[in-house]
Amino acid sequence: MIKNIKDLPREELFAPGHTMCSGCGPAIAVRWITKFIGNNAIVVNATGCVEVTTTIYPRTAWEHPYIHSLFGNTAAVAGGVERAISVLSRKGKWDSGDTKVVVIAGDGGTYDIGLQALSGTLERGHRVLYILYDNEAYMNTGIQRSSSTPLYAWTTTTPVGEKVRGKQERKKDIIGIVLSHGIPYVASASVSHIVDLGNKIEKALSYLKEGPTFIRIFAPCVPGWRYPENKTVEVARLAVETGYFPLFEWEKERFRLNPPSNGLVDEQRRVPIVEFLKLQERFSHLSEEQICAIQDEVNRMWEKIKEHLK
Amino acid sequence: MRMYTEERAPSKRNFVKDVLALTSNHAVAYAVRSLDVDVIASYPITPQTTIVEKLAEFVANGELDAEFVNVESEHSALSVVLGASATGARTFTATSSQGFLLMHEVLHNVSGLRLPVVMAVPSRAVSAPISIHGDYSDLMTGKDVGWIVFICASAQEVYDTVLQLYAVAEDERVCLPAIVAYDGFLMSHTMERVEVYRDDLILEFAPKRVKRLLDPANPVTLGELALPEHYYRYKYSQLSALDGSREVIRSVFKSFYSYFGIEYDFVERFKTEDADFIIVVYGGASWGNAVEAVNITREKGLKTGALRIRVLRPFPIKEVVDTLKNVKGFSVVDRAISFGASTPGPVYADVVVSLAEYGLSIPSVCVIAGIGQKVMYVSDFVRVLEELVKGKEGVILL
Repeated sequence: MIKNIKDLPREELFAPGHTMCSGCGPAIAVRWITKFIGNNAIVVNATGCVEVTTTIYPRTAWEHPYIHSLFGNTAAVAGGVERAISVLSRKGKWDSGDTKVVVIAGDGGTYDIGLQALSGTLERGHRVLYILYDNEAYMNTGIQRSSSTPLYAWTTTTPVGEKVRGKQERKKDIIGIVLSHGIPYVASASVSHIVDLGNKIEKALSYLKEGPTFIRIFAPCVPGWRYPENKTVEVARLAVETGYFPLFEWEKERFRLNPPSNGLVDEQRRVPIVEFLKLQERFSHLSEEQICAIQDEVNRMWEKIKEHLK
Repeated sequence: MRMYTEERAPSKRNFVKDVLALTSNHAVAYAVRSLDVDVIASYPITPQTTIVEKLAEFVANGELDAEFVNVESEHSALSVVLGASATGARTFTATSSQGFLLMHEVLHNVSGLRLPVVMAVPSRAVSAPISIHGDYSDLMTGKDVGWIVFICASAQEVYDTVLQLYAVAEDERVCLPAIVAYDGFLMSHTMERVEVYRDDLILEFAPKRVKRLLDPANPVTLGELALPEHYYRYKYSQLSALDGSREVIRSVFKSFYSYFGIEYDFVERFKTEDADFIIVVYGGASWGNAVEAVNITREKGLKTGALRIRVLRPFPIKEVVDTLKNVKGFSVVDRAISFGASTPGPVYADVVVSLAEYGLSIPSVCVIAGIGQKVMYVSDFVRVLEELVKGKEGVILL
């Protein structure tokens, strides 16, 4: 259990020199993921920003054994790694002990093109920790809409035009989809709350004995969300404080809110959503009604959370 | 080269464990069992399914200690074995038709990562219209993606080829994936006599040599991004590995002969030595017809012969040219169509280009036959040879 920042692991396992943007949310996520999973782990990475910026031959930022295969098959590749470790251990041919298998994939590779493989891997019970870094669009290809992109957000494929202004559809409920597989541990975390993230990764790894585990990390994107590069943690913190991105965990199908989200059940305690939206140019075209509609979306989500708390 | 009618060479050792009546699909499963494969992943598709049903049975009965992963698509089947192979496990998967097409991007990825995955492809037509029956339309879409590809003509050859492919693929000079293909239904679901060998000899012939690339004790980055100054180097080294695999394949044939007494080659020949006209084929049904057609036309006094392409990739240029260089005419029977290409026959194109590389231009006929398992009659093959004798050139759609 990590109590405060003094307990955070010191050893860096994600080397500098990669080409991620200044202020990159996923870069913060990956730095801490690699610290928290420890040395005895294999990383399986989907195609995406993290992959193309960290593995440019002949350099690599990875101190873990690392494999990137394709965009849509990451969960399946991880399942194969896990089964190989299992059978080789049984046959006395794996000498690294209890090696963990950890997926790192973005929202495109998880909500969209990798969803089928993810479902298969969860259903079959592969002992894999799947970490989704959610920056709410296809950022690597230049900011296109994914099914994780929120309502009304600007992207290059949901432009703000005369007739249509931003994305017209809601963000997909990936947590609901993952939960429906009945896996032992599902959590949400944010790059703004690292101690919480560390404890969740620790817990997710300990539950691998029982099956797959899943963590979604909120990871703001400077060029995609269009905010100043020194505001990443602030944007992420506001996502939590407005209730847009609650921190929670489902442990053996029991729901728990984590601080500070556990203090936000009462609507009056939540910062108005406009504070989160106004920092980001992807929302700069919103009308008063649209801002209210997004606020209503957040409030409806919290009504559901209250159901889970009962 | 062994003919299917010939006996084995006498061996010093008693290597035959059992003599069984097996379909080619079950022959694959028996070979995989004896090879101590560690991870198998598959998705059901006709006519492949009975391979993995048999393997599931072996695993369930404790006859094979493997992880058997029932995945949700062929894309994931090949991805699971990709991950397992990179972790050092010996792996196997199988598919046909749409499943092979769905795997396509993973096929490139596995060969680019240089992983020695072995896959069986009882070949089948592709949709639309949907057809579950055999031809080689599926395989031909994936013949040029960096895999070693063998096409077999009997259940015994299928069994033997699976053993050979693990020995070739895992050789450190090769490190490439490999496919064993054969006729969907006409071989996958028909029984033949198969001699299966002792497990200890099989593992001595094809010892497990899959490299553990993902190793916490020695971390490396796999599947990295390569920019223009490096990317082509990977691809050129893949090209030379596939070209260079010819020598390894040849040495594996030699070793196979010393263990199990059958002499295999890149091609199989029938009465080609003095032939003026040769029919070139691949697969079991075409080969049976071709041999019969040669016997019939020989009785009519025509100097005919038959050549079977057994190794499709790397293409046996030298063997093909040596066999055809002195003939007056040849035809290639393809069971797949290259739409809109310079010629509709994919393997016909390979043969013509091989001859051209040696400066040879010989009258020839491109034959398309057995599409979606349209019945191929021996009389059709006889007619092809007779047309060749008359000096026919061009395309025949049977």
